[in-house]
Amino acid sequence: MSDTTAGEVLTTKDGQPLKVALAKALRREKLRSLALIAPLLIFVLLTFVAPIVDMLFRSVENSIVEETLPRTVVALREWDADSGQVPDEAVYAALYADLAVAVEEKTHTRLGSRLNYEEGGMSSLFRKTGRRIKRMDEAGPFKEQFLEADRKWGELATWNVLRQFSPRFTDGYFLSAFDAQRTADGIEMKPDNERIYMLLFGRTLFLSIVITVSCLVLGYPIAFLLASLPLRSSNLLMILVLLPFWTSLLVRTSAWKVLLQQQGVINDFLVWIGLISDANRLVMINNQTGTIIAMTHILLPFMILPLYSVMKTISPTYVRAAKSLGANDWTAFWRVYFPQSVPGIGAGAVLVFILSIGYYITPELVGGTSGIFISNRIAYHISSSLNWGLAAALGTLLLVAVMVLFTVYDKIVGIDNVKLG
Amino acid sequence: MKLKTVILAGTALAYAGGAAVAEDMTLVSWGGAYQASQKAAYADPYVADHPDINVIWDESSNEAVAKLRAMNEAGNVTWDLVDVVASDAIRLCDEGLALEIDPATDLADAPDGTSAADDFGDLLVSECFIPQIVYSTTFGYRSDIDDWGGKEPDDICDVFDLETFPGKRSLEKRPINNMEWALLCDGVPKDEVYSVLETDEGLERAFKKLDTIKDNVVWWSAGAETPQLLADKEVVIGSTYNGRLFSLIEEQKQPVKMLWDAQVFDLDGWIIPAGLPEDRLARVKDFVKFATDTQRLADQAKYISYGPARKSSAPLVGKHADLGIDMAPHMPTDPENAKNTFLYNYEWWADYRDDIDAKFQAWLSQ
Amino acid sequence: MSALPPYASPVQRIWFYSFRVICGLIFFFLIFPILVILPLSFNAQDFFTFTKEMLALDPAGYSFKHYHDFFTNPDWQQALTNSVMIAPIATLLATSFGTLAAVGLSQSHVPYKPAIMAVLISPMIVPLIISAAGMYFFYSRIGLQGTYWGVVLAHAALGTPFVIITVTATLVGFDRSLVRASASLGANPVTTFFKVQMPLIVPGVVSGALFAFITSFDEVVVVLFLGSAGQKTLPWQMFTGLREQISPTILAVASLMVAISIVLLTVLEMLRRRSERLRGLSPG
Repeated sequence: MSDTTAGEVLTTKDGQPLKVALAKALRREKLRSLALIAPLLIFVLLTFVAPIVDMLFRSVENSIVEETLPRTVVALREWDADSGQVPDEAVYAALYADLAVAVEEKTHTRLGSRLNYEEGGMSSLFRKTGRRIKRMDEAGPFKEQFLEADRKWGELATWNVLRQFSPRFTDGYFLSAFDAQRTADGIEMKPDNERIYMLLFGRTLFLSIVITVSCLVLGYPIAFLLASLPLRSSNLLMILVLLPFWTSLLVRTSAWKVLLQQQGVINDFLVWIGLISDANRLVMINNQTGTIIAMTHILLPFMILPLYSVMKTISPTYVRAAKSLGANDWTAFWRVYFPQSVPGIGAGAVLVFILSIGYYITPELVGGTSGIFISNRIAYHISSSLNWGLAAALGTLLLVAVMVLFTVYDKIVGIDNVKLG
Repeated sequence: MKLKTVILAGTALAYAGGAAVAEDMTLVSWGGAYQASQKAAYADPYVADHPDINVIWDESSNEAVAKLRAMNEAGNVTWDLVDVVASDAIRLCDEGLALEIDPATDLADAPDGTSAADDFGDLLVSECFIPQIVYSTTFGYRSDIDDWGGKEPDDICDVFDLETFPGKRSLEKRPINNMEWALLCDGVPKDEVYSVLETDEGLERAFKKLDTIKDNVVWWSAGAETPQLLADKEVVIGSTYNGRLFSLIEEQKQPVKMLWDAQVFDLDGWIIPAGLPEDRLARVKDFVKFATDTQRLADQAKYISYGPARKSSAPLVGKHADLGIDMAPHMPTDPENAKNTFLYNYEWWADYRDDIDAKFQAWLSQ
Repeated sequence: MSALPPYASPVQRIWFYSFRVICGLIFFFLIFPILVILPLSFNAQDFFTFTKEMLALDPAGYSFKHYHDFFTNPDWQQALTNSVMIAPIATLLATSFGTLAAVGLSQSHVPYKPAIMAVLISPMIVPLIISAAGMYFFYSRIGLQGTYWGVVLAHAALGTPFVIITVTATLVGFDRSLVRASASLGANPVTTFFKVQMPLIVPGVVSGALFAFITSFDEVVVVLFLGSAGQKTLPWQMFTGLREQISPTILAVASLMVAISIVLLTVLEMLRRRSERLRGLSPG
């Protein structure tokens, strides 16, 4: 209210200071934009982000042991694992009480399957014991009866596993995903003949790199040609790139199956022109070759389109200038044109790589056993082996890899600049 | 205005979809010729009498355990009746995912009055399992391979003999059967196979034997794959269910022959998922009683060469519905075919499946 | 590169033509697999390869029987119906939510824009198998697994990023003074949106909708996990068909789907040209 400032502050017509009014307007605008975004944001959070978070949770969740064997878990806390002795009678009594309920509710086989992921033989142990439990003497002594049902109940390893996996959360699935396991002596790598995931992650990485490189090698000339042709002809040729892009993934995979089979179109053609004999038809499917060829074809448009949009912006005057200064064609291309196309290479390569490391359908159909990716393994654990925790852990690792790559992509291209078609 | 019409049309469509679901009965099976035989022998006749029921087939039997577990977790079982092999039935029953049935009330007696329990006999391997057929997993081979110099495989171990019988083989992508065959051909006597397989050395031995042909194997996960691979000449020998091979040989007239040696008998049948609401349960029980009676099981053998699970159905098995040939010589249980068979140990595999499966899958991807 | 100058040296000439040949081969690689299934879908035999009659152009080698099978086989018809029931609803959801959000995102002051953008785009970035696994577990918990709405919601979520991207792209060239002009003439924001903004971004909305549609129509991984028999779509039927009974009916379906892609591609191309002309970005 002081006279010194009142005259200097700009106000709106209704007497508000301009600063306040502007801030208000800004806030209103912010709120309006948020209100427009909110429905989709909530929708995506509920239908998409929540499931992903739920999956992350499943990769460490382990309440099954405590839920199935509540008394045993409590009793085992008293047991000194380093003593070299198996637990005392009280623990066996608790185990009997728990298992009697579990067998009634038919939950003991599920627990056996769960523990079998950590230690082979647990599944059969719980099944066998479950069949015996009804015949056991309720009065005890229980230790003897359990040992009689299966001598594994007298082994330290069995009890160590039970104790190690009694907490509600576990790192067991992640250890398995790294081909490691927790033993009495700490974390160790699994024996050679059981290691599989590092191999598969490595193979996924290797195949994705091969596919990305082949896409680049095939895509660069095409993008270069399209960018240098006049608009009318390049638009026409662009259809040849866009048609595969718009064609269903399954259509293209079926096409490759038709082409690559031993009795398929390519082999028939090669036999017909006499390049190979009928007995020596090439094996191009159900192996890595099949995966690489089919996926290169499927992902090639994702390389060409970003390359093209970058090359389109490279002015031909630079190359002309270089040539007029005495550079030959190759020098002009390599020293002047190519460096300017590098952002396009970066964008296309990261995009193709991100898409390829998560691929499932095509490797499943044409990859056999040597051409499959980590995704196929995740699907196997969900639908066949039922080891959902491990599937979630493998999925989490793959997700982290994609997120890192995507951050790189964001740095190169920016999410806002993603273009389609 | 236009947008509104679209939304209304969309809602109407969605409702139409919802209304149709009310009368649906979802049967889960294996697809292909087998599912077709079930459709012709019991689903179609049943629907003819019950026009209010719309049968939907879901070809997800090979993922039945996983999907039932997911449905159970959600408390929302969308399947009404699931066709599974006996070992899966045992597993589902063990986990409380399948409904226990009472043969006396839930299954029809034989026409001569024999109780259902006696008619099925010891094929009722689990309290939840309603057997339909006895089938076998066995090999088929192409009979027009020049490289074989006129020889034809007649012994299970010829599958492992790449010198006499070069070419690709197809085997199932799981340890069951493959491990047993490998040990048999590595010189293990038939009655010792499971006790050998129980040891680490035995497992090693089986994998070593399989290693000798690993590079020449196409692994299948659906029963229809081997017939297709054989027809396309992609493989020269392949294991699959005997009925699939029957339709390949007799119906599609492909140059393929059966190798019955060391065929492994197995059972296939229905389970009713646990947790169905009353009305759906009543409906499905009515269907099952009809579908597994003596006549229906005998009818099924008209379409596919699997042995009916009821003793009383056996005399009723006649000629193929379209081809008019006698079905008996094509049954796995025919004495001529069953000279050397292998008995599959359910209990053993129920106990060791998780262990061996993990090792088999690791072996496969190495 | 567009044309060979008359003073080109022999080396340049050779390079010029061999480059064209290389590009021709790559174009062949891109398009041949799609073209090869078209004649094969008319195969009179149940084979996956060309028969002698077909190569001799003998009419007896060709037939419509696989198309006939597609239109009469109840399995395929059920799959077609399901696809047609699922894709449009998923598209509608994705397009309406996506367009609103894209308009919101194009305002000049959006708080936490990078974070919001990352969340909204994530369905496009996360590998499908992970989305499918997560949705399978989560939708099982809440009882949406194996239901029509479960699949529709999942497909809608997968389609939204495409709508956002295409609509945002058309909004980049949008002159904001038009909104201000409309407001100063007394229109409220809703009227402004429908009368001024909407007509200009329609091409973006339609092409976004097409992307969302094709995402749902072609999607197989998520529906394999989330769906049950009642939601078996065309791609699902094709997938089981490819893995199990490889009948040439698949090639007939594939050919029909290529025809659909050509229609969609043409519509998109026309939209793109129209939008560029409207915004004066290109000579058209």
